[in-house]
Amino acid sequence: MQISAAKKIKKKYDYVGLLFIAPWIIGFLVFQLYPLVASFIYSFTDYSMLNNPSFIGLKNYKDIFTTDANFWQSMKVTMIYVAVSVPLKLVVALFIALILNVKIKFVGFFRTLYYLPSIMGGSVAIAVLWRFLFMKDGFLNKLLTTINIQGPDWLGDTRFSLFTISLLTVWQFGSSMVLFLAGLKQIPEELYEAAKMDGATKVRVFFTITIPMLTPIVLFNIIIQMINSFQDFTAAFVITNGGPANSTYLYGIMLYQNAFQFFKMGYASAMSWILFVIIIAVTALIFKSSSKWTHYEDGGGII
Amino acid sequence: MKKSLGRLSIYVFLFVVGFIMVYPLIWMFFSSFKPNDEIFGSIKLLPTQVIWDSYLNGWKGSGQFSFSVFLMNSFKLVLPTVVFTILSSTLVAYGFARFNFPFKKQLFMLMISTLMLPNAVVIIPRYIQFKNLGWLDSYLTFTMPALTACYPFFIYMLVQFFRGVPKELDESAKIDGCNAFTILIRILLPLSVPALISAALFQFIWTWNDFFNSLIYINSVKKFTVTLGLRMSLDNAATANWNEILAMSMVAMLPCVLLFFGAQKYFVEGISTTGLKG
Repeated sequence: MQISAAKKIKKKYDYVGLLFIAPWIIGFLVFQLYPLVASFIYSFTDYSMLNNPSFIGLKNYKDIFTTDANFWQSMKVTMIYVAVSVPLKLVVALFIALILNVKIKFVGFFRTLYYLPSIMGGSVAIAVLWRFLFMKDGFLNKLLTTINIQGPDWLGDTRFSLFTISLLTVWQFGSSMVLFLAGLKQIPEELYEAAKMDGATKVRVFFTITIPMLTPIVLFNIIIQMINSFQDFTAAFVITNGGPANSTYLYGIMLYQNAFQFFKMGYASAMSWILFVIIIAVTALIFKSSSKWTHYEDGGGII
Repeated sequence: MKKSLGRLSIYVFLFVVGFIMVYPLIWMFFSSFKPNDEIFGSIKLLPTQVIWDSYLNGWKGSGQFSFSVFLMNSFKLVLPTVVFTILSSTLVAYGFARFNFPFKKQLFMLMISTLMLPNAVVIIPRYIQFKNLGWLDSYLTFTMPALTACYPFFIYMLVQFFRGVPKELDESAKIDGCNAFTILIRILLPLSVPALISAALFQFIWTWNDFFNSLIYINSVKKFTVTLGLRMSLDNAATANWNEILAMSMVAMLPCVLLFFGAQKYFVEGISTTGLKG
């Protein structure tokens, strides 16, 4: 009797559910879908907020690609930044997670130690700290002089500036590390035991069990970190403000300047859509390639 | 013998790397008590004399508005945002986790896909929208999106958690006369306290540290949060007032660091069950 009642409930719709998700539906329509569509429409207009948007077709896109030298510079800087900081961050996170996963003591202590920088995220306070550490006469160079090394101008030299900013991102590998650790814990013990029985070496076990089982989490991490990195703003804005010589001119800074300092809303909207398309394309590429290197126990997706 | 030596080297390695990672934060803490010429004058960690001027002077902020104002503002912005986020995300997550309604699958996929919607793409129309509504320079720019569940990360996190709670509990509560809403309040919520705490902690820290959105939406110094106040001090400070800047950076970080140490296990649990940025 009870079972049949439960079955009945499962089959028919429970409209009260819609009531519960109503806040999200409103938020989605008002604060997500509408802005997404609006920025697409603005991207074909000349809109300074003082006048009404006037339709100018593809001019914004044409200008961005053909006459705006800043765009290509910032695209280059952003691509290098993403390509350097994301893999580096994940490699360090994975490496430390693997060490911590070996049965050692004080795992909790080390996890806290490595996670601490991450909780400050992209805060201004951390940007301040980075500026003081890497200034020409900052802490790092003072430290280097004690061993008779003349350190470079980390933030003022175009050869090092972007690297120094990327280092800040890599420094905050803690949350990826905790994710990897959780993933490592979920690998069934039986797999390891079976491999041991078959006489597999530790190295072989690592490459045939640990790494394949961890690939879904690697994929998830790559995508989330990539999307975030493409939009990073605070560190480069506060520490170097895009300089010197635009060497840390991340896309987020250019977008901010065009939209909220020059109030070229149409132009900036076009820029934001270019970024959006790039992010979608890179995500799609990663997903596509992932079928070759990602292993799913149940054949399902990450979500 | 060889094995224990290997083990020892692992500990040494972990400790050295960890020390190098945390050292900048320790350096920041001690330097905030140093006189200015000592900060970069010597590489000694401890100050030769502990001074409090850095905190007293730094606290004055813009002169007209001190860090007391900025701190209050931060709390005025962050706390309602956190409460509204938890409230709305709980309701929505409950809807997705427990009810079968038309297009549920599609709507859920849509919600998940907004996880990947870059903030940069929606911020310009949102700004114009907020301007037309007269919300600019007010905390409504943060609280309203929170009230309407615009943080899919937390919805997803709570859906995952609710799914882990056996449905039989709902069924038996229903027989006892609970309705859909009281089941949520009496059955699911008490069991979800740890998940709710981790969600609240993450939202607190992310909103507290937020710079991009605050910079765009909040313009008057009177309404500046700690983050914006710190940035202003950094721009205004005479070039040599390093210790004041460091001191106020410490103030800006303190609430998050305290929360982190006070509630560590919730961070780790929260991030392991869903885990995203951070």
